Amino acid sequence: MLQLSNILIDGVVYGMVLFVISVGLSVTMGLMRFINLAHGAFAMAGGYLAAWLIREQGFPFFAGLALAIAATMALAAVLEAFVFRRLYARTELQQVLFTIGFTFFFIASVNFLAGAYIQQIPLPAWLQGSITLGARTLPTQRVLVAAMGLGVVLLLWLLIVRTRFGIWLRASVDNSAMSSSLGINIRLVQCATFAFGAGLAALGGVLGAELMPLEPYYPLKYLVLMLVVVAVGGLGSVSGTLCAALLLGIVDTASKYLASGFGNFFFYAAMILLLALRPHGILRRR
Amino acid sequence: MKSLRFGVAMVLAASLSGYAHAETVKVGIIAPFSGPFAHYGKLFKDGAESYLATQGGKFGGHDIQIVYRDSGGPNPGGVKTAAQELIVNDKVDYLGGLVFTPNAMAVAPLVQQSKTPTVIFNAATSAITPKSDYFVRTSYTLWQDTVPLANWAHKKGLTKVVTAVMDYAPGVDAEKAFASAFAKVGGTVVESIRMPLNTNDFSPYAQRIKSSGAQGVFVFLPGGPPNLGFVNAYNQNGLREAGIEFLGTSETDEFDLQKFGDAALGLITAFHYSGAHDSDANRAFAAAMKKQAPDALLNYASVGAYDGMHIIQKMVEATGGKKDGAKAIAAIKGYAWESPRGPAKIDPNTRHITQNVYLRKVERGADGQLINKEIENFGPQGDHGLE
Repeated sequence: MLQLSNILIDGVVYGMVLFVISVGLSVTMGLMRFINLAHGAFAMAGGYLAAWLIREQGFPFFAGLALAIAATMALAAVLEAFVFRRLYARTELQQVLFTIGFTFFFIASVNFLAGAYIQQIPLPAWLQGSITLGARTLPTQRVLVAAMGLGVVLLLWLLIVRTRFGIWLRASVDNSAMSSSLGINIRLVQCATFAFGAGLAALGGVLGAELMPLEPYYPLKYLVLMLVVVAVGGLGSVSGTLCAALLLGIVDTASKYLASGFGNFFFYAAMILLLALRPHGILRRR
Repeated sequence: MKSLRFGVAMVLAASLSGYAHAETVKVGIIAPFSGPFAHYGKLFKDGAESYLATQGGKFGGHDIQIVYRDSGGPNPGGVKTAAQELIVNDKVDYLGGLVFTPNAMAVAPLVQQSKTPTVIFNAATSAITPKSDYFVRTSYTLWQDTVPLANWAHKKGLTKVVTAVMDYAPGVDAEKAFASAFAKVGGTVVESIRMPLNTNDFSPYAQRIKSSGAQGVFVFLPGGPPNLGFVNAYNQNGLREAGIEFLGTSETDEFDLQKFGDAALGLITAFHYSGAHDSDANRAFAAAMKKQAPDALLNYASVGAYDGMHIIQKMVEATGGKKDGAKAIAAIKGYAWESPRGPAKIDPNTRHITQNVYLRKVERGADGQLINKEIENFGPQGDHGLE
């Protein structure tokens, strides 16, 4: 019984971390149909900026987080306007090649500028400890990540379903020529969505840093994990990404408790099974 | 194979033609200078060049020229080629470096055939040194550091311990070393956990360790992210509060140490070198490194290179700067000196370094930086993996 509750608690919390680092990728890949393998690079940019602002410049944690996200979004908007927009009309292979090349460029730059060391983001004192729930001790930081993950779900749902921007976005993805003739500024929508996806990546980079520490090879190291979550969840589906992240988190945690000798076997077995049964996403019947 | 034979023929031809007039002695250093392990290259370079600088760039009156080759990560094929080029084209007299065990294994036949004395600055598997008569090692082996730790844990009253290691060759080696030494003194390993290399979330393992009822946990982790992840999980899941002793070796290595912050305070490790070792030799090492580069780091890798160059100096002096592998190796068998890590000696049988292993505790030093404070000296240890 204790075992089961341990698996569920750790699994859900790990799943929320997976969700937070992958949801931005789901936005750019799903809503913009752009194969953005540079997602991890933006997550790392956000994380490094937050580490620099909070550790070196003495900003409070949340102010540093907000500034890092804003700066990453600005960087992404500029890059989109000058570079990435030219790739939308290209083939998927060209998108993959360019974004992976961009990631290598980013890794080398970060290695050169900040060194091969791990970057720690200092947590405020109240986030450092642990919370005791009965027989279980949980890191406070992990609880915050889970709560902010739920916040992201709500924010995205409101943005996509309830706002005018969401309507523009969905319209321009479905039929850009028609949307354009209806007076929607497609360039603005694309640029804003790309920047928003990068902002989510930055949020994930900062919040996930306790489990996935920031170092120059970050964007490649965790790319597979992010792609698995997004693929299983279904491109562009926020609720699907959440379900996939939680499910994979629980499967991975359960295998660590019960069958650690198998390594990551069950994580990938779950991925294969889910993709075979629901190739278009965990919540989509088709 | 053909190129190898050609290479060997070249080497033989070269050695026949003789090196009598060689003024400059060449040392080839194979290390990662690119990719995720590039920091090793810098540590080796700083360690080797700082030692050379203390000797005015000359060993026994001969100018020393270091030729670097990039190995990338574990890359036996590439390293074999690099070693061959160094021996045949660059005509190096000595080889050094080698971070990873497979890389060291790959150069063994070349070194043996060409009789090139090769000083291993890092690769830490016991099985390496018997592979060639020309291998000398100035680093450590996992068994060398782990066996005294297991004995100490038992002496301190721990009878039940969990081992939690990364699931790759050195991790499994460390697990075996601890389990066999701990069983020998009468302790029990209640659970052996092997964690996949790409583990991000260590909480489940921490929980398992906590609920196993063990009094301590022996860990082996590669440097970098897994180190931090595990130590955070150890603290945040209440293992420290529950009094479960952390028993490590290289986990609090100086390269990662400052990144841990307060999370590392009080962690116990057994290791052969601490940057905070209190001796004149270590202060001289620190001064030489500071002169070499302001950001040069004192740790097991840089001291391995520093001592490695010292060994090469002895070999150059013994051979008068000529290439004579057998004479060079004979000269350093049983050679003893005062290393920055403490008294050290090359074991005449294994050609591995015999050195003190220390019990250390992470503390804040006088300047507020985290240090590995040596609190007990286990005395000279050989390579327990070959016993």
